[in-house]
This record gives sequence, C-alpha cells and structure tokens, in this order.
Amino acid sequence: MSSLIRRPIVEDISTGSDSDYSNSWISWFLSSKGNEYFCEVEEDYILDRFNLTGLNTEVQSYSQALDLITDQLDEDIEDELRGSVEISARFLYGLIHARWIITSRGLAKMLEKYKKADFGRCPRVLCYSQPLLPIGLTDTPYEKAVKLYCPRCEDLYSPKSSRHGSIDGAYFGSTFPHMLFMVYPNMIPSKSTSDGKDDHHHRDRERSDKAPLGVGSVSTVAAATKAERYRPKIFGFHIHEVAKLQRWQDAVRDRQISQLEGLERGD
Amino acid sequence: MAQKAQPSGKRKREAESARNPQPEPRTRKSPFTSPRRMLTAPAGPGSAATPDALLVEGDDEDITALPDGEDATSMIEDQPEGDGYASSTPTSSLTWIAWFCSLPGHEYFCEVSEDFIEDDFNLTGLNILVPFWKEAMEMVLDVEPEDTLKIPDVSLVESSAELLYGLVHQRYILTRPGLQSMVEKYEAGHFGTCPRVYCQSCHVAPCGRSDLPGLDTVKLYCPNCHDIYTPPSSRFQGVDGAFFGTTFAHLMFQTYPELAPAPFCPSSSNSKFSPSRSPSVTPGTSSGNIQPSFINPNPHGGQKLPAGRVYTPKIYGFRVSERAKSGPRMQWLRMRPDSAAELDLVDWRGRWIANQSDDYDDESEGEGGPMENFDDDPAADDDDEEEEEEEDEQPAPPSAPSRSKGSSSAVRNWAINAWTPPALSVTAPQHSSSSQAPSALQKDAQAPDMSRPAPSPLAETDLPPPARSSISASLAKLALGPTAQYAAPGTEGKPILEHVWGRFGGAQAVR
Repeated sequence: MSSLIRRPIVEDISTGSDSDYSNSWISWFLSSKGNEYFCEVEEDYILDRFNLTGLNTEVQSYSQALDLITDQLDEDIEDELRGSVEISARFLYGLIHARWIITSRGLAKMLEKYKKADFGRCPRVLCYSQPLLPIGLTDTPYEKAVKLYCPRCEDLYSPKSSRHGSIDGAYFGSTFPHMLFMVYPNMIPSKSTSDGKDDHHHRDRERSDKAPLGVGSVSTVAAATKAERYRPKIFGFHIHEVAKLQRWQDAVRDRQISQLEGLERGD
Repeated sequence: MAQKAQPSGKRKREAESARNPQPEPRTRKSPFTSPRRMLTAPAGPGSAATPDALLVEGDDEDITALPDGEDATSMIEDQPEGDGYASSTPTSSLTWIAWFCSLPGHEYFCEVSEDFIEDDFNLTGLNILVPFWKEAMEMVLDVEPEDTLKIPDVSLVESSAELLYGLVHQRYILTRPGLQSMVEKYEAGHFGTCPRVYCQSCHVAPCGRSDLPGLDTVKLYCPNCHDIYTPPSSRFQGVDGAFFGTTFAHLMFQTYPELAPAPFCPSSSNSKFSPSRSPSVTPGTSSGNIQPSFINPNPHGGQKLPAGRVYTPKIYGFRVSERAKSGPRMQWLRMRPDSAAELDLVDWRGRWIANQSDDYDDESEGEGGPMENFDDDPAADDDDEEEEEEEDEQPAPPSAPSRSKGSSSAVRNWAINAWTPPALSVTAPQHSSSSQAPSALQKDAQAPDMSRPAPSPLAETDLPPPARSSISASLAKLALGPTAQYAAPGTEGKPILEHVWGRFGGAQAVR
C-alpha cells in the first residue's frame, strides 16, 4: 500500500486562483490570469541586491515581500499581514520586472513573448495584425495603466481587456520597446507591407548602395515611404479637408526623409 | 421590446427575455419562427450572429417539433394583407428588422424604416446581388410568403435576408433619416471608442473597406486620427463591411461637422485636455488662456478641437533620435499643424510651396492643380510668371510674384469694372515687339509704349498714362486670369492668351 507522501511545498498558495501547486511564487504569479504580459525574472537577478537599489523606499514591507517572491517567506504569519505582504510582493515584482526587461536577458525573454504575439495585435487595420509590446506612459507607479506600443505605426493603444487595462504601466516602463529595437534592430518591422519582421532588410538592400551607413547596417530612413494610409472617401471621392491634411503629413514625411538622407550622405 | 401594431400576416417573435419554453404562438409560421426562437436564446461564445450559425447551437428538440415547411399552411390563418392582430400572445412581438438589430454582434446596425425598403427604387440593382430575392424581401418585411413549399432550406433565405437587409442598410444610412439615427448611436457611444491612447477615447463610426459584400468585415473609423481599426470584440467578425459601406462614416462627418475634429491643432491645447465637444463659440477667451476659442476657418470642416498629441519614443526619458535606426519614422502619420494656414504650405501635389525662396524654375510652385484656380482670384497668377517664355525673360526681382499678385488683385478688382474687351484686341497687334517685357506694373516707364498705339479705347477710361499701362496690364491679366489654366498641352500652365500674346511679340500684358 503506497501512501501518498506529500513533499513539503515551500510556498503554499494563499490567495491563488489556481488550485495547482506551483513551484514558486513567481511561476504562480505568471500563471495567474491577467498576468500574461509579465515575463519571468531570473532568480539571480532578484537575489543580487544591487539590482533592487532604491526599491526598499517604494515598497511597504519590503523585506517580507522580497522573501515571498524568492520563496523564503516564513510561513507562520498572520493572515492580515499576509494579505498586505502579498500586495507588496506583486508591487515589488512589478518594479523589479520594469528593470529586468531592459537588461539583455530580460529583453531576450520579452522578445520570445513578442514573437508569439503574447501582448496582442495592433487594432489598426493597416498594421495587419502587427504584434504589440507593452509600455508604460510613465515610470512612476500608481499613475497610468500599461499601454501597448505598435512598432509599425509607432503608436500607443489601450489593451482590449479590462484585466490588462488595470496593470500599472510602471511595471514595464517607458523605455522597454525602444530598447528592444535598439538591441535587436532586425526585429524592426517593415512599415509598408503585411510581411513579417525582417523584410525591411530586403527592401533596404536595394537602397543600401545608395545610402551607405556603415558596415553591415541597413538604412531605415525611407521606411515610411511605402506605408499604407487609409484615405477617406465619399462615393469614391476624396474628402477635401482630410486630403489636405494628409498631403501635409506626407510632405512632412518626405521632408524628414530627405533630411535624414542628407545626413546619411553628408557624414 | 418594441411593440407595434402588425398586420396579421406578420410573424410574432418572442422577446429575448422570454426564455419560457412555451409552445409557439398560434400565429407564427412554423418554418421561420422555430429557428427564431432558438436564436433568441443565448448564443454560443463568440459565435457569429448569422442565423445559420445559431441554428446549429440551438436546442434540437425545438427543431424537430416543427418540421420545416411542412405544417406551414396549417399555421397560416390570415391573409397576408389583413389588418389587426391575430390572436395575441403574451410575449411581445418584434419585427424581423427589430429582431435583427437586437442580435448580439449587430449593435452597429440601425433600423431601416420600412418605407425605405418598400420603395423599389431604393433597391435598384440589389436583386442581382441577393439570391432568393422575393423570399428575402418577404422575410425582411414580415410578409407571409404565399408559397412556402418552394424553398427547401430556410437558412438560405435567412442568410439572403441578412444580405438584403445589410445592403439596404448601406444605402439607408446615407439618407437623411438614416444619418440621423446613426448619429444618435454614434453620440451614445454604441460604436465604441478609438483604441489609440492619444485619441482620448474619441468615438468611432463603423465603415467598410468595400461596398461589395463578401470581401471584408466591418471596421471602425476614428475621425481624430483618420484611421480604421478592427472592432475589439470578436462578435463583430461576422458583420460584413459592405453593410456599412465606404461612404457612410465620412458623409456623417461632413453632414455634422461639429462632430469632426479639425485638421489643425493649436499647440497650447495639445496636452492633456480632452477635446471639447462643443465648438468654438465661447467669445473672449482667446487671449492665450488655457482653452482658447477654437474655430476652424473652414466652415465645412471639422469644428471640434482635435486630440493632437503624438507619441515620442523615449529611452530613460531621452527622446530617441530620428537618426537612429529604430528612431521615429511614423510621427507624421498623426501630426497636425498648429494652424490652418500651415496646411496651405503644401500644394496640391504634396510638395512644399517655396514661398520664401524664389524657385522660379520650379513649376510646381503653383498653388493649385490645373483646374483648381478656375474662377479663382489672383492667387493663380503665380503661374503666369514662372514659366520660361520664348520672348520674355523673367523679371529678376524675387518680390515680383508677391507684389504683382497683390497689386494685380487690387487692380483687378478695379479693372473688372473698367474692362472693355475690344480694347485688348485692338491693342494687341499694335504692340511693338520687345523681347524684354518686364512687368508693366513695376515699370511704369513702359507706359508710353503701350498707351500710344491704342490711345482711343483706353482714353475713354480717363486715366493717367502710368496707370494706363498698369490698367492694360491688369486688363490683359484679367483676360488671362480665368483662362489662365486652359493651357495648351506643352505650355504647362502658360495661359493660352499669353501664348498668343507672345506671338504678337508684345506680351507686356503677361505680368
């Protein structure tokens, strides 16, 4: 007769919505509903206190929250205290997450999520379901909720579901998408077509002999030229006011492109 | 639920709230009502709102209780044209149209008034797009079909009716009453809001990408960013864009310009203020206050203050340079100028008008297309100066165009009253040819040349000699003005008369 021996679980699930036992608080947190935007922060990053500089002043019951996150929390704690520690732990994890995702390893993890379109797709029709990236409007907590950045139209959108709409933007920071594309410039999507991410290489190879930037780099200067636009029409006729505005916008774009091309040639 | 007096021939539908499993009301026609009753039950998650799809998900018992088409004749009790109720049922009754518009996923539709559908003129051309035309019409108008045994499959008629209603709806929302009812829905927010953050939840209007059905689903148009978005909820994936058409949203904003944001955005009101719903008319607040009165000089244009903020990418708070590879390349897409006048800096071709520099050889300097300045006033006269002409040389001074433009406008208005057409034709052949023919407006020294050959007609106007030359110049320009754009091919904006003048070798009148 085998008896089920339950291995002692380091962390018991207090307020979790799941009934399965996760190995760690972090994996439980990531598997909770509504937390799909978060990626996993590696343990050694959290354990290195240097990376958490300054967070102790922002988070209540900092040390207990940290213990909870790293699964070292002492288990006999009163319930009320435990509730606030839980809240602090989420908050602390969010702030650590904001710092983590702009490190190189964090960027790699978020890149994987981006490729799977875990953050949703751009609602704009002419972006052709471009995967989005989470971004915060500010780096200060308790101010704005998280938004989604589309690298094709370079614009911000509010998440569709209200669950995601309640995540604090400071857990992602205002830097992350741009840092991602600075580090992975080949992931910058083409502005023009519905193709995937790397096709701006092909287009720019044609141009690269015209605008040499440097060794091994492709120019994105004229990327926006072929961007599709929605042109409002009434019975097939353009609308004067909108067409005038769009002509002006196109002229601004052309001016920017010629300036940038001049810069490229000049230096 | 909507209750209305119905001819007895109309089928009664149960309200969605009535989930009670009572037997069919006596007046209902079986083949069409049984699927309807199931359809009022909650549909499966995320399903399309087509009756066909919902048929599958309904209760099977209800289908078998009433075989299709078999007992129809036994259920029909009244003539289709009879008036008054048949035996009433406890449940409220809906017209097919009201029922259709209350389906989940059909929130964007408005109810088309029946007289619009009954007028065959409004349905011109739809019969080739819609199969089972007659049956679909009967279904939409709640008319008893005379011959129900002809149609083997109700679902075909159902989908046909949906298609018919959608196409009629596309036409109806372009009419006055249709626009009115859609505007009410728009302002109530039935269509949702723009997902873009900096549009500040601007209301959107449904639009399609095509007017022909079967191509694409309905999209939402935001008047603030002039862009279209897919609806956030998946239940709108079953609504064809052709049911709204490409025209409606823009026609709505043309008809109600107070709903449309203006194409420019003064930078003081750029940040953080939600666009004011009511336009501009607050007087006396225009002295640099936080919310200056906002007026679009174009009375037919959008009157609302736009939400004009554009996102700037930043890294650690520092703006990403546009020289970087990942730098901003699409900011122009959402940019607005500070004032309406800035929009005029770009010509009809989309090029900057070089009004500061003297780009005489640049033909595109003209402010309008070939026809744009037809019957316009002197702004068109730029075209006269800039071309290379065989006899004449361009006058050097860069201020010439602006000056001549201004002065010619002043003189033109005067000259209109004094214009004597015969004078021109008389003076033309008498002009001595001079290859250098600077603007007579500038060089009054030329006056004697012009006035002497034809003193008589011009003398009648009683003007001093220097002015006469300018008059003749302006007269000629007046002659040239309206026809300035009717250039012969190859003369590229050169007015015909100017060309003619040139042949006579004396085109002082050009300027």
